[in-house]
Amino acid sequence: MSGRKLFAHELEARLDQLLLLSLRQRSPKEPAARLEVLPRAMQERVLHWVAVAAQGSNDLGWLLASLAAEHAAGLGAQLGAQLDDWARAGLEAYDHGGLDAARNVLGEYAAAHENRSPRSREAVSFAAMEGRLSCFLQALDGRPLKLASGARAWTDSETLWLPERLDVAPDAAGNCRLYKLMAAMLWAQARFGSFNTDPEPELELWPDRERALDWFAVFEAMRLEACIAVDLPGLAREIAVLRGPWPEALEAAAARLGQPGASAADSLACMAELRKVGAGETPVLPHVGAMDPLAARRVRAARIARDTAVLRRALKVLAALDSKSGAQGDSQYAPLAAEGDFQIGDPQADLVVLPPDAREAAKSLQQDLGEVPRAALHPAGPGTWQPVAGGGEEPVVADSAARPDALYDEWDYRRGAMRRGWCHLYESEGQAGEQEWVDAVRLRHAHLIRSIRRRFESLRGEDKPQRRQFDGEEIDLDAQVDARADRKSGGEPSPRLFIHRRRIERSLAVMFMVDMSGSTKGWVNDAERESLVLLCEAIEALGDSYAIYGFSGWTRTRCDIYRIKRFGDRYDAGTRSRIAGIEARDYTRMGGAVRHLSGLLHKQNARHKLLVTLSDGRPDDHGDEYRGRYGIEDTRRALLEAREKGIRSYCVTIDRHGADYLPQLYGPAHYSVIDDAKKLPQKIAEIYRKLTG
Amino acid sequence: MSVSRSPGQLDVRPDVSTFATPLVRPAAEPYYHAVGDECEVFAAAAGSCLPVMLKGPTGCGKTRFVEHMAWRLQRPLVTVACHDDLTTADLVGRYLIVGDETVWMDGPLTAAVRAGAICYLDEIVEARKDTTVVIHPLTDSRRALPVEKRGEYVEAPPDFMLVISYNPGYQSVLKEMKPSTRQRFVALDFDYPEAAVEARIVAHEGGVDEATAQKLVKLGGLTRKLKGAGLDEGAGTRLLVHAAQLVARGMAPATACTAAIARPLADEPDTRNALDDLISAVF
Repeated sequence: MSGRKLFAHELEARLDQLLLLSLRQRSPKEPAARLEVLPRAMQERVLHWVAVAAQGSNDLGWLLASLAAEHAAGLGAQLGAQLDDWARAGLEAYDHGGLDAARNVLGEYAAAHENRSPRSREAVSFAAMEGRLSCFLQALDGRPLKLASGARAWTDSETLWLPERLDVAPDAAGNCRLYKLMAAMLWAQARFGSFNTDPEPELELWPDRERALDWFAVFEAMRLEACIAVDLPGLAREIAVLRGPWPEALEAAAARLGQPGASAADSLACMAELRKVGAGETPVLPHVGAMDPLAARRVRAARIARDTAVLRRALKVLAALDSKSGAQGDSQYAPLAAEGDFQIGDPQADLVVLPPDAREAAKSLQQDLGEVPRAALHPAGPGTWQPVAGGGEEPVVADSAARPDALYDEWDYRRGAMRRGWCHLYESEGQAGEQEWVDAVRLRHAHLIRSIRRRFESLRGEDKPQRRQFDGEEIDLDAQVDARADRKSGGEPSPRLFIHRRRIERSLAVMFMVDMSGSTKGWVNDAERESLVLLCEAIEALGDSYAIYGFSGWTRTRCDIYRIKRFGDRYDAGTRSRIAGIEARDYTRMGGAVRHLSGLLHKQNARHKLLVTLSDGRPDDHGDEYRGRYGIEDTRRALLEAREKGIRSYCVTIDRHGADYLPQLYGPAHYSVIDDAKKLPQKIAEIYRKLTG
Repeated sequence: MSVSRSPGQLDVRPDVSTFATPLVRPAAEPYYHAVGDECEVFAAAAGSCLPVMLKGPTGCGKTRFVEHMAWRLQRPLVTVACHDDLTTADLVGRYLIVGDETVWMDGPLTAAVRAGAICYLDEIVEARKDTTVVIHPLTDSRRALPVEKRGEYVEAPPDFMLVISYNPGYQSVLKEMKPSTRQRFVALDFDYPEAAVEARIVAHEGGVDEATAQKLVKLGGLTRKLKGAGLDEGAGTRLLVHAAQLVARGMAPATACTAAIARPLADEPDTRNALDDLISAVF
C-alpha cells in the first residue's frame, strides 16, 4: 500500500464500490471530499469499517461513511484505536437497536471525543471496568443494580448507566477510580433514596430545568457522601479527595446535608434557598452523574407496585396457612390482615418468615419508602385488589416458549470484537426414531461390538496395587525379603516396603456434538448414527461419563440443540431411539453450539473434559455471512474459549477438504478426516480409544 | 493449649506409639461464643452416646466449637483432617516394620476409640467414599470398630464420641454425603454469627478494638454477598480474625485485609480488584 493519500475521486470510487451508491441515488462526493484530508492509513481504516458495516446493511455503511467524514477533522488528530472503538460501538448499537440507535451512538460518541486531547492511552473503557464494578456493586447493600454503558452517567434506580469511556484523569488508575466513584454515587442515589421525594414542585420554579437538575445533583452529592461515610468511610474519603473542598458559599449547605437523617427533601430545601438568593454556576464535580428524576420515579413507582404485589401475595399464602393450621388467634399475620394497624419494627426480624422473593420485595420497599407501607401488609384478597404490576409478569411466562434458552456472543473477525447476545439458542429433546433401526445396527455389527467391548474393558480403571512404596496399607513381602537379604549381606536395605493401592480413575467426561445439518442427509447421517451406537456400546464398557447432543441452525436467531443423551441419562431404549431419530435438518452454525455444549461440559466434575465433534463439513449458515471465514473464525474463537475452560476438542469429519481448515480450528493432530462415510463406524471406536487411552 | 500424648496404649510398643495419634487435652478454655443452643445439644448428644455432624461454611467456628466442647466435657480430642487420598488404614491403623519385626500402630480413629476420646473428622466429604464406611459400626448401637488386620473388635467406651464436619457450600455432586452415612448423626447447623456477635469474636480473637472489628465484620459481610458471583464462598470469621491479628501487630488495616482476606479469596483479576475496592471503601 502506498503512503499517498487517496484523492477525492478515488475515495468516491471506493465508496461507490462498497456501498453501491449509484444504485441508490446517493452521491459519495461530499464524504469523499471530507475524507480527503485524512492520512492514508486513516482513510483505509475508515474504508475498512465502511466495508464491515456494509455487510450488515448498506444504509449502515453509508451512515458510517458520512459520519466519519463529518468528524474527519476530529478523528484525524486521534489515534486509529479511537476510530475502531467508535465504529465498534456503532455496529454494536446497530445489532441491538437498528439504524437509529447506531446513528445516536455514533453521533454522541464522536461529539464526546471530538475536542479531546489525544491522551487516549490513559483512557479506560467501560468494558474493561464492567466486571470489576458489577462485582463491587453486588457486594454493596441494597437492591441489586444492573450495569450498562450509555452516553452519560445516570441511574433510574434499577440500572446504572456509565460512560462508554473515561479519559479525564491523567492516568489510567485515576480513570478507574473515577469509574468506581461514579458508580458508587449512583448506587448511593438508589440506596439512600434520592428519588423518594418528588422534586418536580421545586424544579418547576426554576427557569432553567437543566441547571436546576445540576444543582439537585450537587446537593444530593453532599448528602449521599455523608450517607456513604457512615458505613464506607474509605470510599467517602476518596470522593472528598476527588472533589476537593466545597466552595465557601456551599459549606453551610454541605454541613446541613451531612447531618444524619437528612433526606432528599433537605436537598430540595437547599435548592429553594439558593433559588431565592440566585444560583450561580454549579461546581464541577466529575464523579457526579446526571439526574433524571422523572424516569427514576417512573421506574420506582412500577417497582413499588410490583414489590407490594409480591409481598401481599406472600402474606396471603401465609394467612391461608395460618387459618388452615387453626392457630388464628396466635397468628402473627391474621390480626394485621384484619385490622391493618401492624407496624414492622425491626424488619429483619419480622421478615424472616417470608419466602425469599417477598423478603427481597419488602427490603426493596423499605429502601424506596423508608418503611413497608400498610397497604402492602394487607394480604391480596380475592376481588379487592387486582395485581396490575404483578400481572405484567404473566405474558412473559406465556411467551417463554418463543424465548431462546440462551443467548451467545459471536465473534466477528472483521470487527475484532464480539457481537453481544447475537446467537439465539434453543435446546430441545431430540426426536425419537425407530428402535428397530438400532437393533438392526447392533445385530449387523455384533462381531465388531464384541471386539470393541473386549478391548475397551481392558482400559477400565481399577485398583492397581503399587509395589515398593514408602508408605501404604499393606506390607510388600517381596520388598521385605529383599531388604532382609540386603541387611544380612551388609548392604543398605531399601525403605520402600509397602504396597499402596491407588485407584486409577478415568476421570473423563466426553461431549459428542453431532452435526445435523442438511448436508448430512443420506449416507453421512446413517454413518453418524451407526457410529454413535458403536461408540455408546464401547463407552458403556469403559464407564466414562458421556453425553450426545445434536446441533443445527437456521440463521443466528434459530440455533437448535437437540438432546440425545445427557450426562446423567442411561444408554437405554429412550436414548437409543433418539439416536435413531437423528436426522438431517438445516445449517451448521457451529459457534453457538460449541459455546453451549462446552458450557454444559464445563459443569461436569471430571478431571479431563473432551468435546468431540462429528461433522461433515465446515461451519455454514443460511445467508452468506457465516459461510467462509466468518464461520471458521467464530468457531475457532468458541473452541479457544472452551480450551480456556480446560476442555479439549477433537473433530471427526467426513469432509475430504477438511484438511484445509481443520488445523486452524482444532490445531494439528486434533482431528481425523475419514474419506468414506461408510468407514466411520469402524474407525470411530478406535479413534476414541486412542484419544482417551 | 497443651498437647499430651496418651501413655502406653494396649498392646502397642512404646517407641512406636510415640509417633501415634496425639490426644489433645486443652488446658485452658478454648474461646467460643455460643450463638444458639449448640452447646446444650452437643452435650446432650455426648451424654446419649450419639455421633454429631457439624454443617457450615468454612471458617465459621466448627473446629473451635469441638475444641471448646472437648474442654467442657473433659475428654481428649483427636482431630483428623480428611483428604481425598485418606484410606481406611490411615484411620484404623497399620503394621509398621521396625527392625525385623512387624509392629501394629493404631490409626487416629482406633486410638480415639481406645482412649474414649472425641474423634473429630474434619471435612469428611473430602475422604474417599469407601473410607467413610468404616465409621458406620461406630455410629449405631454396636459402637465398635472392627480392626480387620488384627482380627480385633474394639468396643467403644461410653466416653468415645464421633464428630464429623462438612461444608454444604460445595455444590459438586461428587462431594455429597451418602444418606446412609448422613442419617447416623445428630446435626448442628453453623453459620457466620450476627454482625455484633462476630465483631465481639473478632475483637477477642484478633486483639483489636471494637471499631476495627466492626469494620472487618462489615467487610466480611460485603464479601459474603459475592458468593456465587465471583467467589465460591465469602470471607469466614477465621479470615477476619487473621486480618485482625495482622492489624494488632501494627499493620495498616487496608494492607492487612488485602493480605489476609482479598488475596486468599480470589485469583481472578476482576474479583480481586473489586475486593480491593471494597477494602478501600470500608477503611
